[in-house]
Amino acid sequence: MLHNAIETNGLSRTFGSLKAVNQITFSVDKGSIFGFLGPNGSGKTTTIRLLLGLLEPTSGSASVLGYDPIRDGQQIRENCGALLEHTGLYERLTAYDNLDFYGRVWRMPAADRKARIKELLEHIHLYDRRDEIVKGWSRGMKQKLAAARAMMHRPQLIFLDEPTAGLDPVASVAFRDDLLNLVEKNGVTVFLTTHNLAEAEKLCHRVGVIREGQLLSVGSPDELRHKQGNSQVEVIGSGFTETTLQQLQLHPQVRGVTVKGNHLTVQLNGDSDSAFLVPFLVTQDVQIDEVRKGKASLEEVFMTLMEEENVN
Amino acid sequence: MLTDMMTIIRKDLKEVLTARGTGKRGGWMSVLIFIGLLGILMPLQTGVEWLTNPILPILWSWIPVFLVVSVVTDSFAGERERNTLETLLASRLTDQSILFGKIGAAVLYGWGLGMVGNLLGAVTVNVVFWQGRLMFYQPVPYLAFVFASFLVSLLMGSIGVLVSLNAPTARAAYQKLSIVMLVVWFLPTIGITALPINIRENIGKVLENINLPMVGVGLLAVILIADLVLIFVARQRFKRAKLILN
Repeated sequence: MLHNAIETNGLSRTFGSLKAVNQITFSVDKGSIFGFLGPNGSGKTTTIRLLLGLLEPTSGSASVLGYDPIRDGQQIRENCGALLEHTGLYERLTAYDNLDFYGRVWRMPAADRKARIKELLEHIHLYDRRDEIVKGWSRGMKQKLAAARAMMHRPQLIFLDEPTAGLDPVASVAFRDDLLNLVEKNGVTVFLTTHNLAEAEKLCHRVGVIREGQLLSVGSPDELRHKQGNSQVEVIGSGFTETTLQQLQLHPQVRGVTVKGNHLTVQLNGDSDSAFLVPFLVTQDVQIDEVRKGKASLEEVFMTLMEEENVN
Repeated sequence: MLTDMMTIIRKDLKEVLTARGTGKRGGWMSVLIFIGLLGILMPLQTGVEWLTNPILPILWSWIPVFLVVSVVTDSFAGERERNTLETLLASRLTDQSILFGKIGAAVLYGWGLGMVGNLLGAVTVNVVFWQGRLMFYQPVPYLAFVFASFLVSLLMGSIGVLVSLNAPTARAAYQKLSIVMLVVWFLPTIGITALPINIRENIGKVLENINLPMVGVGLLAVILIADLVLIFVARQRFKRAKLILN
């Protein structure tokens, strides 16, 4: 049985001198959510196009649901759903007609198609508006409808390019819950790109960080935090003098120090022990009210990776 | 493939009907105006001759061709412009079913409406100018007209899809194709009228002596071959990667 829904090996695509995707190698477990993180123009959309067999790679290879995108693009598209960069909705048609069209494209029987459209539209609270032309709808409504369309034919693997862009916070949470349900109950695999790192942290079993076509890091959010993220200690108190801050900055275990009002945040290198900190601050006559130790968020990991790449 | 083609045709026709007005009602209204013009107004003006003189319906056959052009230019360029093309290309549909579905929708719309207009024209003549017996178009010229108008619609559909494949917008595609139409349709007419009178008389004499049905069949064969060649070229030029990156 296939363990990985997606595997790439040195996958590359160039456009003239631009390396849009540069030697990326990763895998996505079947029945999991994989988040592809990166700034605009980093190669996320090109990667989706390569995996769907819409573009041919310049070099390297990939396997999607056991198929080769170059040779078997048709079979891949048969078994996948996609919400790409644009919603791809026919704005002159009604919401019902949009879903009905793609239901017909995937040759769903009439009764199943009708029931599925009702199920999906009721779930996103748009069934009462099914006969409205989509053109006048808000971005969030269109995004929800487009996501429903991607799931219409119950695909094994779904590609979602910025799926929650344009959704309000409530709709975003509902969408995340839907995705988690889909994966847990139906074993669907989800490959999503997002700028929303908090969302990726809550949703994704594994993430990959891409920049300028290069995959900088791949792993679970915890692994990435462990590899890249630095522990940090937040001290609430008073008496954070310049001298104290300068001395702290020079400490070998300290990566960075910031003060905002009565909050001192000390970022430690890797998993450095923070035991030295409180005694040191006490000797500096700092009044300590509270000390909190925590791990860096995925956002901080992402920023660290971006900064490291800038330095390199 | 036929089922997939029909799915595309069905969707495209729905879009055409909703594009011509503010909703479905507006779209149907323009269809009814067209059918009313070709099926009621023109036959009313010409009377029984509408059915007996085969030249008359042929003279108005350019209207359905224009309808084909207006739909086919929107096929790929319109989808690209409205950002729906990539999602369509990411579906399970094969290249052939998308391409032939797009051509089919345009031909079915233009040629189909033309045929409905012609049939309604026969009804109008019989109702208004009743001659004591049921009248219809002369069978052989009518069948030749049905076949010929289908081939010409297919020709314009194939040329249109080729233009639409590479045009950035539906408007740009329509402008390009209008120029092609001008060259193919109107320039020969203008050219003939510009010829010196003695040459025109000689051409007339030649035409009087030739076997017109044979020439007609030959012409249809040429159009049919042109259709097949253009469809083949369109098939070769249909590349998903190119369509997405354009």
